[in-house]
Amino acid sequence: MPSADPNAMTSDLALVTAIRSDDQGAMTALYDRYSPIVYSVALRVLQDTGAAEDVLQDIFMQLWRNPGAFDASRGNLAAWLAVIARNRAIDALRRRRPESDIEDVVVSVEHDLASEADRSRTMDKVRGALQAMPAPQRSALEMAYFEGLTHSQIAGKTGEPLGTIKTRIRAGLLALRKVLAV
Amino acid sequence: MSVHEQFAEDLALYALGSLDGAECHALEKHLDGCASCRRELELLRGDLSLLALTTAGPKPPARARQRLMSAIANEPRLPVAAPASERQQRFWWTALGWPAFRWAATAALVVVCVGLLRQNSTLRQDLASLRARFTDQGSKLEQVNEVVATLLDPDAQKIELVAVGNKPQPRGKAIYQRRNRNLIFFASNLPPLPAEKIYELWLFPANGGAPIAAGLFRPDARGSATVVNPPLPEGVEAKNFAVTLEPESGSHESPRGTPVIVGVGE
Repeated sequence: MPSADPNAMTSDLALVTAIRSDDQGAMTALYDRYSPIVYSVALRVLQDTGAAEDVLQDIFMQLWRNPGAFDASRGNLAAWLAVIARNRAIDALRRRRPESDIEDVVVSVEHDLASEADRSRTMDKVRGALQAMPAPQRSALEMAYFEGLTHSQIAGKTGEPLGTIKTRIRAGLLALRKVLAV
Repeated sequence: MSVHEQFAEDLALYALGSLDGAECHALEKHLDGCASCRRELELLRGDLSLLALTTAGPKPPARARQRLMSAIANEPRLPVAAPASERQQRFWWTALGWPAFRWAATAALVVVCVGLLRQNSTLRQDLASLRARFTDQGSKLEQVNEVVATLLDPDAQKIELVAVGNKPQPRGKAIYQRRNRNLIFFASNLPPLPAEKIYELWLFPANGGAPIAAGLFRPDARGSATVVNPPLPEGVEAKNFAVTLEPESGSHESPRGTPVIVGVGE
């Protein structure tokens, strides 16, 4: 988000509150701020621009219809939208109806993601942690998260024992937590 | 991690949505009674949200923004629910002592009365506005219904205009909306069906997948037919449509009969 953006000064919470009062300008500002995140996540999962656009449209329409679904006290908007985008994209990938309402998604992030700079700093750490992981560990984590595969499916796909897959995924998450704690 | 070690690996998988079967059931049972594991699950989901945020891809195309804004402009707003946090804040007065509570309650009552009077006035205005919007929507819906009824009425005269001297040829028009799986198909000038035969509409997916049966139909005496919203799988992008002549029971797996008309794109 460039600093010249006049909307950058308006907090996420203020925008969501304005949307509750039918403010289409606030909705536009929120879309401009977060549509790249939602679209990128959906595209990463679905690998199809048309399907990713459908997920993008669906999520922002739901936010427009029910802005109260985002609870600022229980999560950060960027992380919340990213998780919803991932879940909806996995649902679309599996051609199934959405498994949870957006209201039910709670994301507890202990890192400061309020500004673009904060987010960028945290993302550098996460990317660093991913790059530092052994390839099979990173791959198992990504297959589970971005392809929505169960641990049995990952074991079937890689030919590794179930226990190995479980251990790799947990070790990957522990490595991520360790880097974020620094 | 402050968590029961025997569930640690399953908890990580559960946060990813990757745990299935009996292990998933056992973990959910454990989570019902274990606050520390529930908290750990929340933290794991928070960590994973950061994984989602690392995806860096192209920005969405400008048409996506236009599409959303048009949809928003065309959608009347329903009354909005309060945020989950507000809905959960109950019994706050229990933190005050009783005298403070009585004063606060009296003051609150006065404020509430004034607020209710104002709200009453606002609600009346909203109601008038909603009535006007409802009437407008009702009128538009009536117009749409009339158009659809005319298009689908078997008794409506359907006259196709062709270049002078040309014999009318079999024609079809498929109008397909992938997002909602809506398909309307009109055909005209179809030859009468031979004995024990039927026409079948097919959708050819853009991804090169097998053709999808989109409805059996018989034309009327003038060769006209309509297929409206046959059952279709979700999210299939269409490359083309075609009509084939099939045995009376249809060929549901793939077209076997003679093609009669095929799409030429727009």
